[in-house]
Amino acid sequence: MLIPCPLCGPRDRREFYYLGAADYLRRPAADAAPAAWDAYLHLRGNPAGETRDLWYHEAGCQAWLVVSRNTVTHAIAGAALAGEAADAA
Amino acid sequence: MRYSGFRVAWEGLTGNGGWRPVWRDPAPKPAYDTLVIGGGGHGLSTAYYLARNHGLSDVAVLEKGGLGLGSVGRNTTIVRANYLLPGNSEFYSHSLKLWEGLERELNFNVMHSQRGLINLFHSDGQRDAFARRGNAMVNQGDDAVLLDREGVRELLPYLDFGQTRFPIYGGLLHPRGGTARHDAVAWGYARAADARGVDLIQNCEVTGIDIEGGRVRGVQTTRGPIRARRVAIVVAGRSSQVAAMAGLRLPIESHVLQAFVTEGLKPCIDHVISFGMGHFYISQSDKGGLVFGGDLDFYASYAARGNLPMVEHVMEAGMTLMPMIGRARLLRSWGGIMDMSPDGSPIIDKTPVEGLFLDCGWNYGGFKAVPASGWCLAHLMATGEPHPVAARYRLDRFATGHVIDEEGTGSQHNLH
Ligand SMILES: Cc1cc2nc3c(=O)[nH]c(=O)nc-3n(C[C@H](O)[C@H](O)[C@H](O)COP(=O)(O)OP(=O)(O)OC[C@H]3O[C@@H](n4cnc5c(N)ncnc54)[C@H](O)[C@@H]3O)c2cc1C
Ligand SMILES: [Zn+2]
Repeated sequence: MLIPCPLCGPRDRREFYYLGAADYLRRPAADAAPAAWDAYLHLRGNPAGETRDLWYHEAGCQAWLVVSRNTVTHAIAGAALAGEAADAA
Repeated sequence: MRYSGFRVAWEGLTGNGGWRPVWRDPAPKPAYDTLVIGGGGHGLSTAYYLARNHGLSDVAVLEKGGLGLGSVGRNTTIVRANYLLPGNSEFYSHSLKLWEGLERELNFNVMHSQRGLINLFHSDGQRDAFARRGNAMVNQGDDAVLLDREGVRELLPYLDFGQTRFPIYGGLLHPRGGTARHDAVAWGYARAADARGVDLIQNCEVTGIDIEGGRVRGVQTTRGPIRARRVAIVVAGRSSQVAAMAGLRLPIESHVLQAFVTEGLKPCIDHVISFGMGHFYISQSDKGGLVFGGDLDFYASYAARGNLPMVEHVMEAGMTLMPMIGRARLLRSWGGIMDMSPDGSPIIDKTPVEGLFLDCGWNYGGFKAVPASGWCLAHLMATGEPHPVAARYRLDRFATGHVIDEEGTGSQHNLH
């Protein structure tokens, strides 16, 4: 599995740490209701198909990436820096 | 047809002409009292105990493919009750007791083999953690023995005791832990449920859940609509999709877990063994194959196949621990879809939809849970009250903070 890091180019999956769905980018405000924190930390769409998830290029440039992937085929459509991704808060 | 040693001998001597299919293949009726979605281990055991413990037989299991072709037939078959935390401890203890009577109960040889499970430890800190776990197991009424290095050497002389990177300090032995034949568990429950009048309906994918006024009314399937008063979602790795049909968003992320088997060898590994310093555990099947696995591939996946980095890691860890297996040829590897929950523990609960129940979040440990999960879900569905040993497996525990985080790794789905 090669992940196309926008800074480093296509790199082996072993260089990356996986966090989870891109939902982690939408962190609630500190004073948000507990339900918002439950949704943020636990509840997931968990799609069988196209997904966007967070990978950390630990053994490379150390950037956080949002990777667009297919969970059924493992095909990777692309990756963007998390700070610039469309779903960043 | 009851199975017995006499029956096997008789059929063997008379050409095996007397065996018959052991469950019917009925078409779905337009309505049932109770529906179970998913014909894996948990769905089949739920249906069986609904009939066996609660006298409900107007029950159908709806399976989108064939019975037992999901994870129940893809796992590495380890059965154990070595949990630490309240919630898990009493549940898996109950499950192991059900395993111990399962063959008589189902009149089916599930090849339950209590060969002993040894979790190795490799540091003082790990020893302390395992001693604590062993005490919890004993307090629960189960069995645990803390072995020192020599104790391990006596049982597992073939481990590499010479290597210094991850020295073997000892192991926690769980004598009643072991393995079972995975397919046989699905078949045994299917046969026994069918015999009690449960309809097992294959090639019947649920495509929608009908809800009126907050109450479940039935389901839509590829074989037509089916009405019901009670419906349980018991679809393991596919839980998020099926729950979404009822408008529910679950605390589940599906991941891939791989496993491996070698060519058949003469008996050489008598126990189930897990390495404490890498992702590797192993046992030997009755056919002789070394069956082993590691951890998740760590990214969300429905592919039911994994990638090479985890293959490499598992092989390296295996070779570090027991170099003697290096010449065995690998026959196959495969993957299964794991319904990972944010605390690594399962959910057996009602949903906000009246009459709709949920059994999921089995992570990679749901095989050993098959008997107790069915027992407890059937209890909840029939009585409306959670079974005492599953009372903590609530759907709302993540929101309320009552998590059961056995590994203490926090609310990240892939870390359990
Ligand atoms: C490689 C591997 C190793 C494992 N090792 C162990 C182990 O050693 N010990 C242990 O305790 N556990 C282990 N597990 C975990 C265990 O196998 C699972 O937790 C357990 O089997 C899941 O429950 P199940 O049997 O009901 O799931 P499944 O057998 O997956 O059943 C779910 C069923 O639901 C059906 N379904 C899905 N969607 C629909 C729909 N829309 N309509 C109708 N039907 C549907 C599926 O077709 C499937 O048959 C392992 C798993 C894997 C993959
Ligand atoms: Zn990079």
